[in-house]
Amino acid sequence: MSTQTLAPADLRFHPLRDSATMLRRNLKRMLRYPSMTVLLIGMPVVFLLLFVYVFGGTLGAGLGGGGGGGGRDTYANYVTPAIILMTIASVVQGTAISIAMDMAEGIITRFRTMHIARVSVLTGHVLGSVIQGMIALAAVIGVALLVGFRPDAGLGGWLLTAGFLVIVTFSLVWLCVALGQVSGTVETASNAPMPLILLPFLSSGFVPTDSMPAGLRWFAEHQPFTPIIETLRGLLMGTPIGNDWWIALLWCAAMALGGYLWSKKLFNRESAS
Amino acid sequence: MTSTSSRPAIAVTGLRKSFGDHVVLDGIDLNVPAGTVFSLLGANGAGKTTTVKILSTLSRADAGEARVAGYDVAREPDAVRASIGVTGQFSAVDKLFTGEENLRLMADLHQLGRAEGRRRIARLLDQFGLTDAARKPSSAYSGGMMRRLDLAMTLMGSPEVIFLDEPTTGLDPRSRRDMWQIVRDLVADGVTIFLTTQYLDEADELADRIAVLDGGRVVAEGTAEELKRRIPGGHVRLKFAGPEGVDAALGVLGQASRDNDALSLRVPSDGSLRSLKTLIDRLDERAIEVDELSVHTPDLDDVFLALTDEKVTVR
Repeated sequence: MSTQTLAPADLRFHPLRDSATMLRRNLKRMLRYPSMTVLLIGMPVVFLLLFVYVFGGTLGAGLGGGGGGGGRDTYANYVTPAIILMTIASVVQGTAISIAMDMAEGIITRFRTMHIARVSVLTGHVLGSVIQGMIALAAVIGVALLVGFRPDAGLGGWLLTAGFLVIVTFSLVWLCVALGQVSGTVETASNAPMPLILLPFLSSGFVPTDSMPAGLRWFAEHQPFTPIIETLRGLLMGTPIGNDWWIALLWCAAMALGGYLWSKKLFNRESAS
Repeated sequence: MTSTSSRPAIAVTGLRKSFGDHVVLDGIDLNVPAGTVFSLLGANGAGKTTTVKILSTLSRADAGEARVAGYDVAREPDAVRASIGVTGQFSAVDKLFTGEENLRLMADLHQLGRAEGRRRIARLLDQFGLTDAARKPSSAYSGGMMRRLDLAMTLMGSPEVIFLDEPTTGLDPRSRRDMWQIVRDLVADGVTIFLTTQYLDEADELADRIAVLDGGRVVAEGTAEELKRRIPGGHVRLKFAGPEGVDAALGVLGQASRDNDALSLRVPSDGSLRSLKTLIDRLDERAIEVDELSVHTPDLDDVFLALTDEKVTVR
């Protein structure tokens, strides 16, 4: 075919620039639709207040061995890592919803017919959600500090915590980018990540696993959120981390890779009908 | 804008596609010369959108070959995407963005520099009558404005081939005419347009060539004139001042029949000058006064119904 008109330069992809463009788009959408972010932050804050003020006194007393006689303040320290994880779960639920909203609009179909680095549509969402997650985490940790959360982490501990939270958010976001695509409708997309909201309850996040019946305890100790919460607790409160940090990172790597590959496959599948 | 070479803008042979047992495209062939408007005409479910999806790399054909702008849609989808623009049935606009921001997004994705991008955005906004609404959120746009913004976004990349999938469905008559004028202007610039529509007047108005799609097959192809000629049904309509004229004319013209309106007659005719002269001479001989005479050639509606009717009765 000697009559083709495109120069090789026309066919070059610009994944970084396209991802930056898509990130700007998603951040701008978040600003235009702030109620979503408020809602995503509100959920974990409500749970934090509920657990500290309603259940905190009793649950804190039940923690026993922990320092400070075990009361509401002890429980605030115990439960905050779980609430932090719940914040991330809430934000990634938002990711699934906004991906599903995007898919329902024609603009994604337009992106598919354009000569752009396809993955940028997804990476734009991922980076946007990670940034949104960090804002939400800052807000929720701020509230936790107000209601009695007293971490003993130094600057180093906080930096490690921040890095760890970025990794956890990043991997759960990729999972939800896939869930948002597979859902088909916005309604389904808001339900699909439900397990992520519920899993913290079946972990060491709210009560120690050794207070649970045998079967549940086995599940709680082997599901991904327990090592993640224990690592967070260790980083913030100075409790022993042991093997939990690398088990947590392994889970994150698996979720990120799995989510990425699944998302990519879903995005490249041909549109139905 | 584009090189006007002899290569067709779109060449399709033996395209097939089915979803499960349902055959949507049953082997279609199309050839669209560069710089022309080609219209794929068909009822809902005839396979128009599926054809556009395959040609715009959104969907894969089960069999057959399709080249767009010289590139194979299955083997060189990247090059096809770099050559085309698609405006579908459903608006591909970010509704949380203003018109200007939507165009900016397209400019960024086409790697246009800041200055070049700004220049083109201003020009497109102006060309599509959106300058005043540029900073309003697109969710507040009317149907016609939304469609114009959609098309403006498609044009940001200076595509060589543009797919318009039912571009005027749901628009009011005024917006439809605006859209038609935009399409004509595009063709004048040398772009090739592949238009699907269920409106016969739209195809008649815009297309250089028309293919009628029915049940996944091209049942007729040609210019609007060629298609109309395939269908008999031309007639001359005569209107008289009073019932005496009608009766007198009925006596003279054997094949005439009354039209819906009591003072009019329909006389079958091929519309040629010779047959008209014969007709007028006959009326003149008897000194029958005719108020109005109009010649009706079959329109695309007649053609479309005649071509797709059989299927309906078979079902």
